[in-house]
Amino acid sequence: MAKYTLHINGNAQTVEETDAGKPLLYVLRDLGLTAAKFGCGLGQCGACTVMVDGAAMRSCQLNVADAQGKPIVTLEGLGSPDKPHPLQAAFIREQVPQCGYCTSGMIMSAAALLSTNKKPTETDVRSALDGNLCRCGSHVRVVRAVMSASGQGG
Amino acid sequence: MNAPVKNLRFSRRTILKGGAITVGFALTGIPTRAIAQGAAAARRVLDSKEVDAFLAVNGDGTVTLFCGKVDLGQGLRIAIPQIAAEELGIGVDKIKFIEGDTALTPDQGRTSGSNGIQRGGMQIRQAAATARKALIDLAAQRLNVKADDLEAAGGMVRPKFGGASVSFADLIAGRQFDLKLDPKAPLKDPASYTIVGKPLPRPDVPAKCFGTHVYMHDFAVPSMLHARVIRPTAVGAKLTSVDESSIKDIPGAKVVRVKDLLAVVADDEWNAVRASRVLRAQWSEGTGLPAQSGLAESLRNEPGVIDETLVNKGSPAAQRPDGAKALTATYYWPMQSHASIGPSCAVADVRGDSATVWTASQGTHGNQKTFARFLGLPLDKVRLIYLEGSGCYGMNGHEDAAADAAILSRAAGRPVRVQWMREDELGWDPKGPPQLIGISGAVAADGRILDWRTELWIPKTTRGLPNIPLLAPEAAGLDHVPGLNTGLISQNGDPPYSAESIQVIAHWLKDAPLRPAPIRSPGKPANCFAVESFVDELAAAAGIDPLEFRLRGLKDPRAIEVLKRTAALMKWQPQPNQVASANGGVARGRGISFVHYKHSETYVGMGTEVAVDRASGRIAVERVACAHDCGQIINPDGVRAQVEGSILQTISRVLMEEVMFDRARVVSVDWASYPILRFSGVPKIDIELIDRPTQKPLGAGEAACAAVGAALANAIYNATGTRLRTVPFTPERVKLALTGKA
Repeated sequence: MAKYTLHINGNAQTVEETDAGKPLLYVLRDLGLTAAKFGCGLGQCGACTVMVDGAAMRSCQLNVADAQGKPIVTLEGLGSPDKPHPLQAAFIREQVPQCGYCTSGMIMSAAALLSTNKKPTETDVRSALDGNLCRCGSHVRVVRAVMSASGQGG
Repeated sequence: MNAPVKNLRFSRRTILKGGAITVGFALTGIPTRAIAQGAAAARRVLDSKEVDAFLAVNGDGTVTLFCGKVDLGQGLRIAIPQIAAEELGIGVDKIKFIEGDTALTPDQGRTSGSNGIQRGGMQIRQAAATARKALIDLAAQRLNVKADDLEAAGGMVRPKFGGASVSFADLIAGRQFDLKLDPKAPLKDPASYTIVGKPLPRPDVPAKCFGTHVYMHDFAVPSMLHARVIRPTAVGAKLTSVDESSIKDIPGAKVVRVKDLLAVVADDEWNAVRASRVLRAQWSEGTGLPAQSGLAESLRNEPGVIDETLVNKGSPAAQRPDGAKALTATYYWPMQSHASIGPSCAVADVRGDSATVWTASQGTHGNQKTFARFLGLPLDKVRLIYLEGSGCYGMNGHEDAAADAAILSRAAGRPVRVQWMREDELGWDPKGPPQLIGISGAVAADGRILDWRTELWIPKTTRGLPNIPLLAPEAAGLDHVPGLNTGLISQNGDPPYSAESIQVIAHWLKDAPLRPAPIRSPGKPANCFAVESFVDELAAAAGIDPLEFRLRGLKDPRAIEVLKRTAALMKWQPQPNQVASANGGVARGRGISFVHYKHSETYVGMGTEVAVDRASGRIAVERVACAHDCGQIINPDGVRAQVEGSILQTISRVLMEEVMFDRARVVSVDWASYPILRFSGVPKIDIELIDRPTQKPLGAGEAACAAVGAALANAIYNATGTRLRTVPFTPERVKLALTGKA
């Protein structure tokens, strides 16, 4: 067992793991942070997206050892019902999720986009989210919500 | 609501009542389970003929609905309460909603076929109307006022012309109605509706946006083991040996084997995943799969086919009139995966004499019988509880994962959580079956359809199958009758337009290359793709604009209206010769289609505008317009979301999706080999919902899917003069077709 200290949603958390290669996704979910979802384990679908160092990252592709010391933000840390992130408020307003399994990853990818591009065009949004898959077909609402959250077109 | 899963507190009570076991669960953080107190704690009435099966008035003035249909993301959690609240006369915020729990909710059938509202919702509407009548009768006695002079509103019964009122809770809380659903209980006049027809927000959306919605995948019970199932290396292969020492270095990992059902379990999920990757096992050769190339045409020559005439209207004239044009065409829709974003997951706790299974299945009640059968337990000792999973659109792997978990839990003697991996889901979810459709017909010079004959080569559904065919019981050698479950895939094989004669013949194939199951709008995307493409082919042969051609053949005013509204959204310009721009690097065109779902339900008009890049064969769908009439709309935003989803999911299926397999197994097992639609492929979508408050509500979950294929094929033909008859329209296939090589 080795100890790893992770900085998740502003808190330092130490976890003990036997495998240094354990993906961050499983560590987060073991900690009860289940917003990030397992979709493929291959970095192909975006359901497990979190922000690491401010950038959107597939948490299935980052192992616990390499996640140490970097600020990690999950959907739970982005906002809360009392203090929603503008994206969360917009996703609710636009009634985006159907099954919602992809929603956490969508919001986190969009949050990373908005952190560097405050007024993205629709093309920017589509491009930033192109690696996030949705099977229910909520895409139109996702784009509308991201535009709305950035103070455009909402 | 922010409680992480591991901190969820469980209280599990086992109460023996008259020999039957009632298991109650209260889970902090899952509001829908927090029903241990109040009316729900009483022994539940589950007979769907009884009002008490569907609703209970609680002491706090709330009403709990018990719904056998489940919310898969399609919005029943608000739509059903809207129906019940409206009919009862209570605020929708006072409604609690329990779904898909075999111990608590009545069996309303599987949540499929777009029947959640039109069947399930209407049962609940009648239960609520019966309850309202009973409450008014009770209040009439209590208040000494004639029942006719009373009305129910805001959870109270009150005199219409002023005076003392009495609450539902005062009238009946803690007691049961003890009433049969009264089919004659008067329903409210839709003109008076204040709740039905409003775009109320779905109650699960906020939790889904804050990461606190407890999905099946997030659910845990104490002392639970994580399992990964190792599927055979080939379809039908048997397990010959397992080397348990191959996982000895992974802490806590153990092999669990029940005949050919092989799994690894561990306390830590990641260790279960690691163990599944290194476990060494030997399998026999499988039963083999047919060659993928040529599969379509080979269906025509399958042995053991049973023919069935589905439609036989009129008879073809002995001789067609002068100027008639006869056409023949063959269309093919391949096997497709439900392609859920989250691989299937379930938790089961199977003890010696009882089983509790948490599942994202669309059919908890139907599966109760299946699970009781293979577990060898009495029906009342098997409880299935629905928890929302990743969207499933039919029967993906959810049921299979639940069966895996149940059998492994019994073998391991502990609760077991099974989650499939990506390759399990795309590789082993039951597939939408292949459909080969041949159509021949003729059109008169004046545009009348003369004769029409559709032949469908499709796998049968095994009639009277006593269980749902699942992988794990089969592998484990448990009592399970093998069979096929394809859903109602033979509908809409006939055109909705007038014709002198129409025949539809199903050639039922006795088997399917891969295990089939219903996938959204079962069979209809393929059948309507063929029928509505062929209609365009006939229109072109007659030199008539395809919209005009369709309108001439329709009599039903609702059908005519959706088509006209679709055309208006499209700013449709008639083009008898159809081909828009035969030259240039990028060819643009528009197409239209119409579907009357199952010939008895929702009306859909679908128009598309596409751009075809001749060099690459790539199709860009630039715009979709859809007019949609599903009768009385319960929640317009919910309907709109479903129509958007139906359109986008089917564009994906039409342009991109085909399950690939070799002679042993499925090989398209990740998102690179089984790609689905991405943001870059999403068109602008305009939807016009036609609300008909005085008509019956019809399904809105999948009808629009059926209209997409032909609307695309017709637009591509309009753009290029090339007719695509095989799905998916991949760039390679389009290129071949454009150069006349397909």
